Amino acid sequence: MGEAMRRMIGTTRRSFLGQAGAGGLALVSGSAWIASARAETTVDLPLPDGPRVRVVTTSFPQKAAMILQRTRPPLLETPFEVFDRGVFTPNDSFFVRWHWAVIPTEVDVNTFRLSVRGHVGTELSMTLKDIVDGLPRVELAAVNQCSGNSRGYTAPPVAGAQWSNGAMGNAKWMGVRLKDVLDRAGVKRGAERVRFAGLDEPVVDGAPKLMKSLDIDHARDGEVMIAYAMNGEQLPLLNGFPLRLVVPGWYSTYWVKMLDRIEVLDGPDDSFWMKSAYLIPDTPGATMKPGQTGVNMVPINKMVPRSFVTNLKDGDTLKAGAKTLVRGIAFGGSTGVKSVGISIDGGASWLPTVLGRDEGKYSFRQWQREIVPAAGAVSVMVRCTNNDGLAQPATLNWNAGGFMHNAIEIVHVTTS
Amino acid sequence: MSLSVTPVGFGAALLAGLVLAIIGHPEPPGAILVPAAAPVPAGAPQTFVLKSVSIDLPTSNIAFPGGTKAEAINANCLACHSAGMVLTQHNLSRATWAGVVDKMIHAYKAPVGEKDVPAIVDYLTETKGLK
Repeated sequence: MGEAMRRMIGTTRRSFLGQAGAGGLALVSGSAWIASARAETTVDLPLPDGPRVRVVTTSFPQKAAMILQRTRPPLLETPFEVFDRGVFTPNDSFFVRWHWAVIPTEVDVNTFRLSVRGHVGTELSMTLKDIVDGLPRVELAAVNQCSGNSRGYTAPPVAGAQWSNGAMGNAKWMGVRLKDVLDRAGVKRGAERVRFAGLDEPVVDGAPKLMKSLDIDHARDGEVMIAYAMNGEQLPLLNGFPLRLVVPGWYSTYWVKMLDRIEVLDGPDDSFWMKSAYLIPDTPGATMKPGQTGVNMVPINKMVPRSFVTNLKDGDTLKAGAKTLVRGIAFGGSTGVKSVGISIDGGASWLPTVLGRDEGKYSFRQWQREIVPAAGAVSVMVRCTNNDGLAQPATLNWNAGGFMHNAIEIVHVTTS
Repeated sequence: MSLSVTPVGFGAALLAGLVLAIIGHPEPPGAILVPAAAPVPAGAPQTFVLKSVSIDLPTSNIAFPGGTKAEAINANCLACHSAGMVLTQHNLSRATWAGVVDKMIHAYKAPVGEKDVPAIVDYLTETKGLK
């Protein structure tokens, strides 16, 4: 921990101690954030229980209106309306999730270096110019989804960010193949894992720095990328500027932000973030019973299919007997979308939908279909089946992390 | 998902309007399916220039409410994270909260004084506990 950080923590503690007796929502004097001068816009997330109201903030740099889940380190959720506008999530609406609060707020593109070390023939220290101009450029559309997206729906509830469904986004990533970088360093025989870390640091001494690793064959599959742009622009700092690992089809925990070090390991990775965090039960659908013991736990990995209605929301009123367009987005997880079906009879029958343009197997894909709702309450269910034949399950999985939710979504509307 | 707008202070109406304009629903139902953000356009120059970035991140001004009961949690927990996400947790059992505090200390090395642990668990159980 640097001296500046120690001082900052000391100040924070004194500030709060100084007013601990005041009660209520105390304001820290000297804060850069002046609450009274801002519009307090809020959103009611459609969570089953627990606190539903969140502030919608425009206070974060390079970000439009975002649902505030936590200020420091930032957890910002994409307002769900954004997903109705197309398959690519705008950079300024793309969700944000950081683990540790020491995040560099300045990155100099001239002094930044990406290091490649460990079990390689030649250790590298690459400039951004080396990467952008020195290696073949590739582009790929891919969904980036938090392992805990939709955790707020976990029943019984678990601790963690109580996200609704907006801890996900889809972008056209531009960058270089990780394989090309590893080849330049020359991976030595016996390499087993490739570990990634970024510029962010823990606040306290001895805390585990965020590091994630992939199997060597996965790292060299030609799909895993080091991205320097998303949707045609450099990454917002909070999404990992200047470089971010892109692991298509895998959960966001592996998409290391502000990537500045790559380490080739000649053995297993026993570090905290692979061995003790982001673990799921090794069961179909990553589900287990609350309190169940003796379950084999493994690192979270491939994503599973999901689909959402984006132009209707709970409580909307449709016209009975009238043709109504229903549309939304879907993604197949670790492979493409095979089909999306909707049901308005509680899942007894499923109607096919028309899929939108195919932007690639890791991308969001739009779907749409007209329905004619009968009078009364209508539940619109949507289900994606991916190219492996894996379909969304009817019931929500449970695990202690609140990870990997992908049950069939249901929108409850009425007719008039 | 519904939006509610509570204007506070000068310029609120303008800001609120801006927010709604940004996150509202601009298209009529039935609009043609098109990607919103175009990827790199055809014929784009082959060079891609990255520019240095310097930003300021907002800080949280929220402390845990509750006066003296919140003293321990405010003194020990806010160095690493702001209070907001804790206050939006579901109600959880005392054992679960004790487990969360234990994880913060032992897995994430939070420098929490041993004598403050019971007061923190008490606070979480009282304010965010299963009733």
